[in-house]
Amino acid sequence: MSLHPAATRDYPAVSTQPIRKGGVRIADVVKAYGTKEAGILAVDHCTFDVPPGEITVVVGPSGCGKTTLLNAIAGFHSISAGTIHLDDELLCGPQRLKAPPGPDRIVVFQNGALFPWKTNIENVTFGPIMQGALSRAEAYDKARHMMADAGLRGIEHNYPGEISSGVRRRVEIVRALMNDPKILLLDEPYRALDSLTKSVMHEALLEIFYKNRVTIFFITHDLEEAIFLGHRVVIMTTRPCRPKKILDIDIPHPRDYSVLTTKRFRELMDETAAAVHEEAIKAFAAGEKER
Amino acid sequence: MAKAVALKAFNVIGRDDFWRGALSIAVFLVFWEIGSRSHALFGVAFPWVSQIPAPSAVLRELVILVQEPSFWMSALLSTLRVFEGFFAAMVIGIPLGLAMAVSRTFYGITFPVFEVLRPIPPLAWVPASIIFWPTQELSIAFVTFLGAFFTIVINVIGGAQAIDVRYFQAARSMGSSTWDIFRRIILPATLPSIVVGATVGVGITWAVVVAAEMISGGGSAGSMGGAAGGGLGFFIWNSYVGGSYTQIVAGMISIGIAGYISSAVLRKVGKWVTPWLSEG
Repeated sequence: MSLHPAATRDYPAVSTQPIRKGGVRIADVVKAYGTKEAGILAVDHCTFDVPPGEITVVVGPSGCGKTTLLNAIAGFHSISAGTIHLDDELLCGPQRLKAPPGPDRIVVFQNGALFPWKTNIENVTFGPIMQGALSRAEAYDKARHMMADAGLRGIEHNYPGEISSGVRRRVEIVRALMNDPKILLLDEPYRALDSLTKSVMHEALLEIFYKNRVTIFFITHDLEEAIFLGHRVVIMTTRPCRPKKILDIDIPHPRDYSVLTTKRFRELMDETAAAVHEEAIKAFAAGEKER
Repeated sequence: MAKAVALKAFNVIGRDDFWRGALSIAVFLVFWEIGSRSHALFGVAFPWVSQIPAPSAVLRELVILVQEPSFWMSALLSTLRVFEGFFAAMVIGIPLGLAMAVSRTFYGITFPVFEVLRPIPPLAWVPASIIFWPTQELSIAFVTFLGAFFTIVINVIGGAQAIDVRYFQAARSMGSSTWDIFRRIILPATLPSIVVGATVGVGITWAVVVAAEMISGGGSAGSMGGAAGGGLGFFIWNSYVGGSYTQIVAGMISIGIAGYISSAVLRKVGKWVTPWLSEG
């Protein structure tokens, strides 16, 4: 056994799953709200890539327009100009400013959006049954396996209101994965959690990622979270939002919480903290409030 | 599950709040009894309470009443009218409220009319309703219907409009059609508000049916001269005209009990249709 901290965990070093597609190319995207004369520019000529099979974390001050990008990829909102591709498929562009939502791009929402009136397993099986991808029995079978895999055995028939918010978030990620998405879109999913629960959730997310190798687009304003999780960290300017700095994090995967104390991690934090802080000050000065 | 529910029903007697409730009713009855006998007991008639027949007298009256089929006919008639009005209000109100919540156009067309009609007290409809409808029975049922209808519609609209947009987005992403979204998101998400509307609505229905019976003279049975066949409202009015004060109070208490049972049944049904809202 190697002494490398990562080797102490039983992640497969090389995923058994084939690397999925799910690369997103954001090219020259502009999003303006309101009229031309009295509008707000939320996203300003934003260009960057989300490489397939990797975790890309977008960091920026609250209200900077990160979520606008996520909503455009998910197909909830339109863009004003530019193009967004998912692999070779054009999601939105000049001809079609709003992409249709689809099971290949599933969002895990900031405060969670499990349906409270459905039990956890009914939530998890919702997608495949809706799409007609699986029969009810198959969907339940797959759900039971995936939930057990994610450490969620025994709460299948509870309602989301009966489990803790950390567990709820995990159920929601499993619900997303049940759709076999090309990309998972996570919108500050751990924002409302306390820092201890958060650290557990980070490792759980990585574990799920190592098993599934699904592309992840993760939004946060927490720099530590970003560097810990991401292959790539995109630091955004405050409104209007555009990449200020794109970093490829060279800490090897699989990672666990011990990397937080490594020298390289601290160096990366130092390198980026100034950039993030600068934007936070600008955002503060511009009167952007914590939402 | 069913076993657990049955067990709960038994456990009620052993619970603190049961005894608290029993104590509160007992104390209320004792004060009432003392109050209405105040002249005999203290030589001074307490204002107001001393005019009311004592609970013991009312109880004696109730014992006699429950042996009379005509009393049960009255209670049954009122219950039927409440049920008719309430049922119609649910059947018409829920789809209307949902339609108003999901369609901006429909909302724009119907809401102004709805908002003008809503503040009109149901009892203000009684004379018009007697003119509109061919039978007294229908006019009473209609007024009863109005009592529950507006409350239900308002609650359905409020509930459906308050649904978090993320539920729609999540459902759309996962491949739901518009019909799926209506059936699996809008409907269950609105259910708690429907339950609230129904529980409040049924209470109003009882208030309205009794008053409507008093005003319209007990419906068809009343106009045919059946002294106690015209519903509980007419029964009370008739007792007043006949000067039987114990009967008035006995009638009032019957209505209280009937209203309580209606609300309790609805709460139970409400809990049963929204299992995710009950703790544990």
